Amino acid sequence: MKKPPHQIDKSQKVIEIEGLRKSFGDLHVLRGVDLDLYKGENLVILGKSGTGKSVLIKIISGLLQQDEGRVNVLGQDVNQLKPRDLDQLRLKIGFSFQNSALYDSMTIRENLEFPLVRNLRNLTRKEINERVERVLDAVGLLQSINQMPSELSGGQRKRIGIARTLILTPEIMLYDEPTAGLDPITCIDINNLINEVQERFHTSSIIITHDLTCAKTVGDRVVMLLDGQFQRQGTFEEVFNTQDERVKLFHDYNFID
Amino acid sequence: MQSKDQDSNSPKQRDHVISPKLDRVFAELYRIYQFIARFFKEVFLPPYEMREVIRQCYEVGVKSLPLISLTGFIIGIVFTNQSRPSLAEFGATSWLPSLISIAIVRALAPLVTALIAAGRVGSNMGAELGSMRVTEQIDAMEVSATNPFKFLVVTRVLATTFMIPALMMYVMLVALLGGFLNINANEQTSFTTYFTQVFEAISFLDIFSSLIKSVLFGFTIGVVGCYKGYFSSKGTEGVGKAANSSVVTAMFLVFIEELLAMQVINLFR
Repeated sequence: MKKPPHQIDKSQKVIEIEGLRKSFGDLHVLRGVDLDLYKGENLVILGKSGTGKSVLIKIISGLLQQDEGRVNVLGQDVNQLKPRDLDQLRLKIGFSFQNSALYDSMTIRENLEFPLVRNLRNLTRKEINERVERVLDAVGLLQSINQMPSELSGGQRKRIGIARTLILTPEIMLYDEPTAGLDPITCIDINNLINEVQERFHTSSIIITHDLTCAKTVGDRVVMLLDGQFQRQGTFEEVFNTQDERVKLFHDYNFID
Repeated sequence: MQSKDQDSNSPKQRDHVISPKLDRVFAELYRIYQFIARFFKEVFLPPYEMREVIRQCYEVGVKSLPLISLTGFIIGIVFTNQSRPSLAEFGATSWLPSLISIAIVRALAPLVTALIAAGRVGSNMGAELGSMRVTEQIDAMEVSATNPFKFLVVTRVLATTFMIPALMMYVMLVALLGGFLNINANEQTSFTTYFTQVFEAISFLDIFSSLIKSVLFGFTIGVVGCYKGYFSSKGTEGVGKAANSSVVTAMFLVFIEELLAMQVINLFR
């Protein structure tokens, strides 16, 4: 499915990253990353496994701390925030994990209610139910409301994971490998869902992937992370219209694969 | 070319203070200290996760009852049975209730309860939090603006700290009942006589010190299980290790604490 046209407000940056560096011991993962995400934009970050893509979005959401550099999300410096302010900011950021990270011991309903009852304590039971049903409907899994995560397929779990992030109506969505480990048909469904989420909830998104079909389907802009830095950026075609062997290899391997 | 030893001792290459192994031990001790300090800080700060504390109390307390009842009862019977021949040699089987009550109230009930809880509850906590860590459920909680330490760790440590003393009192009673059944069957001692002798032999200090010990054991089991699980890594292998080392470490610490507590209590006797 081709990406539906939507408005990107280039005058408004929702995420600004400057000179970001992160190392784990001797392993220098990010070596001076600069990045802007505009309001309403779907930005795809491509790169091999272990190049620091997930580390980058974990730093954006405050799960990890950078060694150097500045990360500004919705006008706030993530590193400078007090825990309570960071929590307030996190309510505006939805994080869809690679393995969905659903709470095993809770039903789907309880999984979705969990962030709601903790953060919006004045909601009535009726309002909670309405919200849960609305996001489940948005991901097409209303019928699974009383099931346990272990009863769902990988694709369904991804959808529920996305629904759980949507329940707090975030302004920014961070997707960590949304199509990893899924069959091609389910990948198409997830890609469509990412576009639908953007359209319906007017989110700005960063999508981490090494799946080029996903990048082509959902990305307004694509950046390629190589050797700890963004080497190429632009539309999908612009990024891969290059003689750089590393980029060409990534492209060829992905499509042969 | 420099040898390996020279390399590791040269000022430029040296990245340890004492020795790599000892450095790691001290770093781990510091991390445990931080973990416990964070518990005491978070426990007094709102929001209080009362519903989760009650749920965990149910998991730790009520769900342990069948196992703990059976164990306590059998210990009462077996201990009485095994003690009888030694006392019978001196014609002192009438002292059995006193002996049993002192052994059970002072040492057996707190120890048995703590060891069973370390096996059942400690391993469960280590495995549960470990699997939540490796499947990013703890991170998911954090990004949804919920404090995972408060929700997962504080509630569980509180539950073990509250419930293990309660379970210990229960084990005391069940083990004494087991002892009574054995004595009643062999010596035809009445219920009133047995319990009169039992309560004459023990003092308030015995019960109070056992309660304090159980609070300490409960806290230790909760902290160890949560610490091992919360900082678990290396995938499913790490989950198994977290569960295993939760039990081993908690049991080891319980014995050490019992030994130290005994010395301290003897000072008051």
